[in-house]
Amino acid sequence: MSQSKPTTPTEVRQRAAVEDKRRRRKARAVPGRLRPKLLLGLYLLFVLLPIYWLMNMSFQSNTEILGGLTLWPDNFTLEHYTKIFTTEAWYMGYVNSITYVVMNMVISILVALPAAYAFSRYHFIGDKHLFFWLLTNLMAPPAVFLLPYFQLYYTVGLFDTHIAVALAHCLFNIPLAIWILEGFMSSVPKEIDETAFIDGYSFPRFFVRIFIPMIRSGIGVTLFFLFMFSWVELLLASTLTSTGAQPIASVMTSTSTASGIDWGTLAAAGLLTIVPGILVVYFVRNHIAKGFALGRT
Amino acid sequence: MNKVYDNKAWLLILPMLALVAFSAIIPLMTVVNYSVQDVFDANTRFFTGTEWFVQMLNDPALQSALLRQFAFSLTVLCIEVPLGIGIALLMPKKGWQASAVLILVTLPLLIPWNVVGSIWQIFTRGDIGLMGWGLRELGYEYNITRSAVDAWGTIIIMDVWHWTPLIALLCYSGLRSIPEAYYQAARIDRASRWAVFRFIQLPKLTNVLVIGVLLRFMHSFMIYAEPFVLTGGGPGSSTTFLSQSLTTMAIGQQDLGPSAAFSLIYFLIILLVSWVFYTAIMNMQKDKEGGA
Repeated sequence: MSQSKPTTPTEVRQRAAVEDKRRRRKARAVPGRLRPKLLLGLYLLFVLLPIYWLMNMSFQSNTEILGGLTLWPDNFTLEHYTKIFTTEAWYMGYVNSITYVVMNMVISILVALPAAYAFSRYHFIGDKHLFFWLLTNLMAPPAVFLLPYFQLYYTVGLFDTHIAVALAHCLFNIPLAIWILEGFMSSVPKEIDETAFIDGYSFPRFFVRIFIPMIRSGIGVTLFFLFMFSWVELLLASTLTSTGAQPIASVMTSTSTASGIDWGTLAAAGLLTIVPGILVVYFVRNHIAKGFALGRT
Repeated sequence: MNKVYDNKAWLLILPMLALVAFSAIIPLMTVVNYSVQDVFDANTRFFTGTEWFVQMLNDPALQSALLRQFAFSLTVLCIEVPLGIGIALLMPKKGWQASAVLILVTLPLLIPWNVVGSIWQIFTRGDIGLMGWGLRELGYEYNITRSAVDAWGTIIIMDVWHWTPLIALLCYSGLRSIPEAYYQAARIDRASRWAVFRFIQLPKLTNVLVIGVLLRFMHSFMIYAEPFVLTGGGPGSSTTFLSQSLTTMAIGQQDLGPSAAFSLIYFLIILLVSWVFYTAIMNMQKDKEGGA
C-alpha cells in the first residue's frame, strides 16, 4: 500500500490518529495481553491457597483431618465453630483482642491528631529531632521492651488489663499515626486555616468543625493501619496478660493438649481472626492506595 | 509548605509526648539500667560497666544469630521488592476488579503473626498439609523439623507470602499517582514497555520504595512469632533469629544484665540502618522541593 506524502498539518494529524487506532487494535488482539492476568491469578492463588487450606480444615472433624488428605470437607461440620462460640475462654479471647485494639485506636488517634497538625504546620525547637525520635520507636523490636513492660505494668498494677496492652501498643502506633496523618494534613492548603482564623474561628472549633472533616479519608486510613498493627501484634499482648485479658492469639496456643493438637479448632479460630481484618479493609478500600503512600503521593 | 515558626506548637505535642514517654522512655531507661548492673535480688546489685556488652558481643551463639538475621533480612528483601513491584504493575486500576484484587492482596497483612505461623505449620505438614503432602507425592523428602534447608526455605516462602503485599500496595499507590499525560507522551515517543517502566514508573516509585524497604528491613529484623510457631527455631538453632534468642534469654533464663545489653545492641543496629534510610528520604524530599 503506497501512500503519498501528507501535505497539510491536518492530514498529518488524521493519519497519525488512524495509525494509532490500528496499533491499539493490534495490541488488544495479541493473546500476550492475557499474560498479566494469568500471572496475577497465579500470585492470588499463592496467597489464597494456604487460607483455603485453613478453611478446608476448619470444616472437617478431627478424625477426618487425621484420617487422610482431602481437598474439600467430605463430612461438612460446624463443630469447631460451635465449640469456639460456646466456650467462654475462646470467645472471650476475641472480645479481649477487639477491646484492646479499639482502646488503642481511640487513644492513638486522639493524641496523634494535634501532634500531626503541629508537625505539618509549624516549625519549633527540636521538631526534626522529635520526629526522628518518634520514628525510632517504630523501629524498636518489641522483644527489647518485653521485660521492662512486664515489670512496669506489674508495678503500676495494670498487668492483665486491656488498657495495659492498649498503652503498650501506643509505642509503635502513635508514631505511625503521626507519620500517616502528617502526610494527609500537609496536602490541605494552609490558606484554609488562615481563612478560618480570619473568620473568627477559635483553634479548637476550627480543628474539630473544619479541619477534621477535610481529612476524613486520611483518618479512616490511619485507623485502618492502627487496627492492623495492633491486631496482628502478639508478643507484647500475650506477655502483658494472663487470663483476664488474654488475646485470641494466645488462647490459640492452648489447643495442644495431652491428646495431641486440636487441629480443627485451631484452624477455625485462625480463620475467625481474619474476619475482622476483611471487614475493616472493605470500608477503606477506596482510600487505601493513598494511605499506603502515607499520604505523600 | 511554608511552615510558621511557633513554639506554641509544643502544646499540641505534649499529650502525645507524655504517652510515648511512658511507653518508650521509662522502659528503655530500665533496660539501660539493667545493662550496666549485675542484679542478684531487690537489694543486692553491682555496677558492671560495659562487661555485659563485651560478653554479648563475643558470644558465638548471638554472633551466629545476628548473621542469620542479616542473611534472612537480605534474602527476603531481594525477593519481596522485585516481586512486589511486579504485582503492583499487574494489579487492575479500575472497577470492581481493582477493589477485589486490593482486598485479596491485603489479606495476609491482616492476619495475626502467630496465626500466620499456624497457617503455614498446617499447610506444610507432611500428613495433613497440602504443600507438605504435595512435595512428598512429588518425591521430595520434605521435612521442616529435620532439614535446615527445608526450614529456611519454608520460612522465606512464608515471609514472602506474608509481606510482599506491603511492597505491592506501596508501589500500587505510587503508580496511581502518575498522571495519564506521562503515558500519552511515552506512546507518542513510541517508548517500549521497558522504557516506560525505567523512565516513568520507577522514578515515581523511589519514594514509596524507600519507605517499603525501610519497613520491611525493620520488620524482618524483628521477626519473632512466625518462625517461633512454625519451626520453634529449629532444627537445632538453624532458624533462631535475634528476637527469639533475646526472649529466651530475658524471659526463659531471667538473665537481666546480659539480655538488657543484648537488647540495646539489637536496637542500635536497627537504628543505625534506619537512620541511613531516613537521611536518604529527607535528602530526596529536599531535592524534590528544590526542583519544584
